[in-house]
Amino acid sequence: MPFVEGLRCRECARQYPAEALHVCEWCFGPLEVVYDYDAIAAAVSPASIAAGPQTIWRYAGLLPAAAEGAVDLGAGFTPLVRADRLAAELGLGELWIKNDNVNPTGSFKDRVVSVALTKGRELGFKIASCASTGNLANSVAAHAARAGMESVVFIPSNLEPAKVVATAVYGGRLVAVEGNYDDVNRLCAELAGEHTDWAFVNVNVRTYYAEGSKTLAFEVAEQLGWQTPDHVVVPVGSGSQLCKIAKGFQELEKVGLLASAGESGPVRISGAQAEGCSPVASAFSEGVDFVRPVKPSTIAKSLAIGNPADGVYVLDVVRSSGGAVASVTDDEIVEAQLLLARTEGIFTETAGGVTIGVLAKLAASGVVRPDERVVAYVTGNGLKTLDAVAPFCRPTATIPPTIEAFNDAIDLSRER
Amino acid sequence: MTRPVSVHVRIPTQLRTLSGGASEVAVNGTTVAEVLKALDAAHPGFSERLFSEDGKLRRFVNVFVADEDIRFLQGLETPVAPAATVSIIPAVAGG
Repeated sequence: MPFVEGLRCRECARQYPAEALHVCEWCFGPLEVVYDYDAIAAAVSPASIAAGPQTIWRYAGLLPAAAEGAVDLGAGFTPLVRADRLAAELGLGELWIKNDNVNPTGSFKDRVVSVALTKGRELGFKIASCASTGNLANSVAAHAARAGMESVVFIPSNLEPAKVVATAVYGGRLVAVEGNYDDVNRLCAELAGEHTDWAFVNVNVRTYYAEGSKTLAFEVAEQLGWQTPDHVVVPVGSGSQLCKIAKGFQELEKVGLLASAGESGPVRISGAQAEGCSPVASAFSEGVDFVRPVKPSTIAKSLAIGNPADGVYVLDVVRSSGGAVASVTDDEIVEAQLLLARTEGIFTETAGGVTIGVLAKLAASGVVRPDERVVAYVTGNGLKTLDAVAPFCRPTATIPPTIEAFNDAIDLSRER
Repeated sequence: MTRPVSVHVRIPTQLRTLSGGASEVAVNGTTVAEVLKALDAAHPGFSERLFSEDGKLRRFVNVFVADEDIRFLQGLETPVAPAATVSIIPAVAGG
């Protein structure tokens, strides 16, 4: 936090103080947090980080809010799991899964919300709010409860039941909007103009919020012994997470935290979308530098953003790093969820199925290579989207409680 | 003589210095392009904020007519019915 110099427009480079601003007042471009990297390099080391908490706040030097008094449920420092069995299925070599399903509310959103509400409280906001596809709703409601803040959370009315329940349980206000996520988002963008003491984490606090996703890069590098992977695969909804993972890896280089600085070259970054909402993948394959919005229709509801705010920046990041953006169908998503569960014991939600499905596709097409150290980010818990896999996940047999019945029903020498 | 029926333009916070603080401005026009031109005539300064040098809407400005993104309609040529609401909304949100 003491290392923040201010904010800068990503489009026109106009500068602003580090206040409650999220878009450039001149051109509406997104504002980015600017840090004093020399000061961070002087203050932060692998040892100082290792001495910190086992949460995202161990990287406070590279975040825009102070760790002291943070709104904190313990987000971050999730397992990085070597995935040899999945790698063998996909014809890959060194493959790792960043299992971000296991955050306090079951998704990576705890990282960004912890940063957003910590900063939001510091800026004097009174009420925690957001436009959510579900995971963010869970996280904002939980962190607000933790902080003793009121919350008003907005979701599309067709969300999965688990995501509705896992938001309402925290006791805040939950507003289901008749429309898709983009409708909810537009409503919140308008409401943010009227309710100036509300912290809409992904609207008027988005500049700070998004920075929390950098910790997905920091952790992976730390868990690999302060080395970067060669290639990462990241799900793309708004595109914010992918861009911030890229920024995170760049910052580690800038502040000298990597063990072999300059040796490994930039991390290749690939993006994953569901075919039913693939505006960025379409723009990538068409070779254009703009993103045409779409009306989403996919089971991967947490990625169902038809009008992605950071879509054009995803194209920049992916193209300049030598990655790709690809998409998978709903059937392929479910197949990939089952594949990850079967090979590695990790049950991820539909969005994680998107990541693994696209990983499989890019491995098959040679974009992700067997000689690369690969990290795939799965960022939401499978228990949140049970309906998607339920038809394929039933008891092998239902039997009376007798040995005979068991022996009749189950023969381990036969295929399942 | 028929008097032109005005449309309502919702102004985002970032541009309210141009509208004298008003969150909504009434102007005349039958397409989005006409409405935005009329807005700039009534409150000079809007055009250079909403449009880039090449005359296109800036890429982080979204415009909605009756709650629909004009990119799903006919862009700047989208017709605007009398008394309709045109909303100008910053695109950087969500996710």
